[in-house]
Amino acid sequence: MRFGVVVFPGTWSDCDFHYVISEVLHQPVRYVWHRDRNLDDLDCVILPGGFSYGDYLRAGAVAGRSLVVEVLRDFTAGGGVVLGSCNGFQILCEAGLLPGALMRNECLQYRCQSVHLVVENAETLFTRGLAGRVLAMPISHGEGKYYADAATLAALREQRRIVFRYADAEGHVTKEANPNGSLDNIAGVVSEDGNILGLMPHPERAAEPGMGGTDGLVLFQSLLGGLVEDGSFLKR
Amino acid sequence: MTGAEPKATLDLARELGLTADEYDRIIQQLGREPTYTELGLFSALWSEHCAYKHSRVFLRRLPQSGPRVLQGPGENAGAVDIGDGWAVVFKIESHNHPSFIEPFQGAATGVGGILRDIFTMGARPIALLDSLRFGDPDDLKTRQLIEDVVSGISWYGNCFGCPTVGGEIAFAPEYAGNPLVNVLCVGLVRADRIFRARAEGVGNAVFYVGNKTGRDGIHGATMASATFDEHAHERRPTVQVGDPFTEKLLLEACLETMASGAVVGIQDMGAAGLACCTSEMPARSGTGMDVDLSRVPQRETAMSPSEILLSESQERMLLVAAPGREADIRRSFAKWELDAVEIGRVTADGMLTARVGGDVVARVPVDLLADGPRYEKPTTAPPWLAERRAFDPLTLPEPRDLAAALATLLASPTIASKEWAFRQYDQQVGINTLVLPGSDATVLRVKGTRRALAIATDGNGRQVFLDPRAGAAMAVCEAARNVSCAGGRPLGVTDCMNFGSPERPEILWQFAEAIDGIAAACRALDLPVVGGNVSFYNETNGQAILPTPVIGVVGLLEDAGRFTTQWFRAAGHRIALLGGVGVSLGGSEYLWALHRRLAGPLAPLDLELERRVQTAVQAAVDSGLASAAHDCSEGGLAVTLAEACVSGREPVGCVVTLDGGARADLTLFGEGPSRVVIAVEPARAREFEGLMAESAIPWRWIGTTGGAGLRITVGTAVLDDPLERLEHAWRTGFERHVA
Repeated sequence: MRFGVVVFPGTWSDCDFHYVISEVLHQPVRYVWHRDRNLDDLDCVILPGGFSYGDYLRAGAVAGRSLVVEVLRDFTAGGGVVLGSCNGFQILCEAGLLPGALMRNECLQYRCQSVHLVVENAETLFTRGLAGRVLAMPISHGEGKYYADAATLAALREQRRIVFRYADAEGHVTKEANPNGSLDNIAGVVSEDGNILGLMPHPERAAEPGMGGTDGLVLFQSLLGGLVEDGSFLKR
Repeated sequence: MTGAEPKATLDLARELGLTADEYDRIIQQLGREPTYTELGLFSALWSEHCAYKHSRVFLRRLPQSGPRVLQGPGENAGAVDIGDGWAVVFKIESHNHPSFIEPFQGAATGVGGILRDIFTMGARPIALLDSLRFGDPDDLKTRQLIEDVVSGISWYGNCFGCPTVGGEIAFAPEYAGNPLVNVLCVGLVRADRIFRARAEGVGNAVFYVGNKTGRDGIHGATMASATFDEHAHERRPTVQVGDPFTEKLLLEACLETMASGAVVGIQDMGAAGLACCTSEMPARSGTGMDVDLSRVPQRETAMSPSEILLSESQERMLLVAAPGREADIRRSFAKWELDAVEIGRVTADGMLTARVGGDVVARVPVDLLADGPRYEKPTTAPPWLAERRAFDPLTLPEPRDLAAALATLLASPTIASKEWAFRQYDQQVGINTLVLPGSDATVLRVKGTRRALAIATDGNGRQVFLDPRAGAAMAVCEAARNVSCAGGRPLGVTDCMNFGSPERPEILWQFAEAIDGIAAACRALDLPVVGGNVSFYNETNGQAILPTPVIGVVGLLEDAGRFTTQWFRAAGHRIALLGGVGVSLGGSEYLWALHRRLAGPLAPLDLELERRVQTAVQAAVDSGLASAAHDCSEGGLAVTLAEACVSGREPVGCVVTLDGGARADLTLFGEGPSRVVIAVEPARAREFEGLMAESAIPWRWIGTTGGAGLRITVGTAVLDDPLERLEHAWRTGFERHVA
């Protein structure tokens, strides 16, 4: 599976994703400059964390209108997969590729800490075989409070597009386990066709045993395993 | 020369912070009166902040070389070889004055400044540590300062993308009018690709790169070289405004350009901005520089030549291009959407010539600017010190409830958990952080090698106040001991010397003594000082801060898998106490937290014992014998044990028995150097005993981990407290003041 890691001015998790994909998963990977519109050689595009364009105006607002993001709709329509983490999630929401918005944390402070995520839908490309699993991963953001209007939230629930929710270590979704005041403890959602995942936590920071565990790696393994199973991406 | 500017009189020179003698010297050396612009150059470059006028004669006493040192003091940062072709670049710097006047931007630009010092050397920053000092956190103004400083650090470091992995925060009323914001940055570079701030090659093009120049931070260096009074807030325009996003672009553009071979030399425009770079870079290389100020990218209109030269606008660099590579430099910076403008050339005449179009506005020998006056001013021991030191803490009554005393100490803001601050900082970007903030030292792996770095900062102002020489030596020992506890072998030191006004003999005495103490400790531990910073004039209305040398130590672990942390991991492990026997309540946290006193003698420091203890600890960690290792510092042995019990993910109790010879409070809370608590799996106790016998240091088993509390027996006295109570005190002691 061929990965591309997008670099905007101000992106900083690009090197970390690149490292995990090449050194831990041993998959082919290249950087994608934000002006690059040619994604034909790629199966999966990563929108990493950071402060694209300084998060000036709103987090992800400028990057959400960049050349590379403009072609993501076509890329996923053609079967490509997109994973946006942290700033990447904010960019996907700003671009309208995922519903809702990410607002300033309820505590009004930046938060860097380990959180637990309960897997709400184990039938996505990113979460196969993770039914009922509680995953530990770090978050690192100032604007991660997920919000969507009532109609959107109802649709998300009905279509089972809420993939991760903040929970305690046992998987109970509680107010105390919500690090940023997200609506319904939502930490990650997928697009209607299931090809785009956005999540606030950092799976690349939990991809090696000595580096905060391997709960982040399972997302990639699901992606790779799934692709091997149905072979749909190997044709590209 | 232009005639439109004010005349450079003695009165004006004084207003700009120069003395009458210095003004006379300028006229004598130039052979004429300086222009207004030239006087501005001298005022900035001859400020204490830039010229180290009062400190240079003392700083020479520090050991600065060693077999691993690739770059000592005098450049943007120091560099030490760590093997496999890699070097670690590091430096600590203060931003105290700006952080009091405008705490958010002051602290933020402190982070920005030290980051640039590291990547100017060609290194990618991998870690930040902050050493902060504030007044009493019960005070509302101080609380606001803490919140603003922490959010300024968080804002800049997080957006830039360098993890903040450690440091310390301590409190004493003496810092109320002058908080300390010291930032240490560590970077990695290939050992043969270190860049230096030199203007080599006559005829080479000089490029201005990065952010545009505005009127912010003008005379910042001069402001940082004066004491404060009640009008300090009026100096807000001298504080710079940061833009971490631009800094991130500057980092990528600089590293990319450097890697392409297009850069001959490069320097960050920090204090005294363009003036500093255009004089220091040629001065280091025996060349000169001729620059046209009208080409400098500006974000404000009608800036005067002096303003352009002295602006401390952030996120800017001056670089000297390799011949014929000008287009490559422009291309790299354009890719990152930054200015890169050729503003002049390296010359052979040893002069800084600044023009505006065709008009020369300043023409001064670079050596004269870069080599400012140096003074050897008188030093005097403060007459009241002997009496302060003679106080015997054991004349105070023993506490009736030892457990309550321990809880008070754990809840003291200096000792209590600083998680409230650290959770606002990204601690992991770069995925190198093996040990997160909260242990004695932080540990980061070095990708592409088997090695790791251990980093710590320390500096106890109370101890230095009571005995500057011993206190400063203890600060070196403690920072190095923290690194040793993580399993690292200390490689080098960077020091940030925070003091009051050097024009007062007793302050300069503190400084001189502290330097001697640092030098002695560094020699004993075989540690070179590879860079640092002096911050004088930390006083408001004549009230100076506690003399505070902050010591940063970087150490190396040959095997990134062999580190340890300060917290007990499991029940049933045996607990050993290594090292020093002498402790004192003089200058202790106990004496402050329970009696609000700063007095008494310090425990004796034996540097040879210190060295042997650290070697033994390193060996114990490296051989995997230590399941935990924690340095004894503020709060003494009882606090060390309590922290080992409650600072990990799951609390683990312990049962300890200590000799009952001395008063229980002295044994439990007395502070002294060269002491480390180590936990050992019982199956490996014999092996550990063998290692200790070889180490030739005093040590003994003092107890076992396990149980629902911390239980320490001292002779007939017993301290017994449940873990929940200890943990609550430690976790909330600082946070309750700010949250």
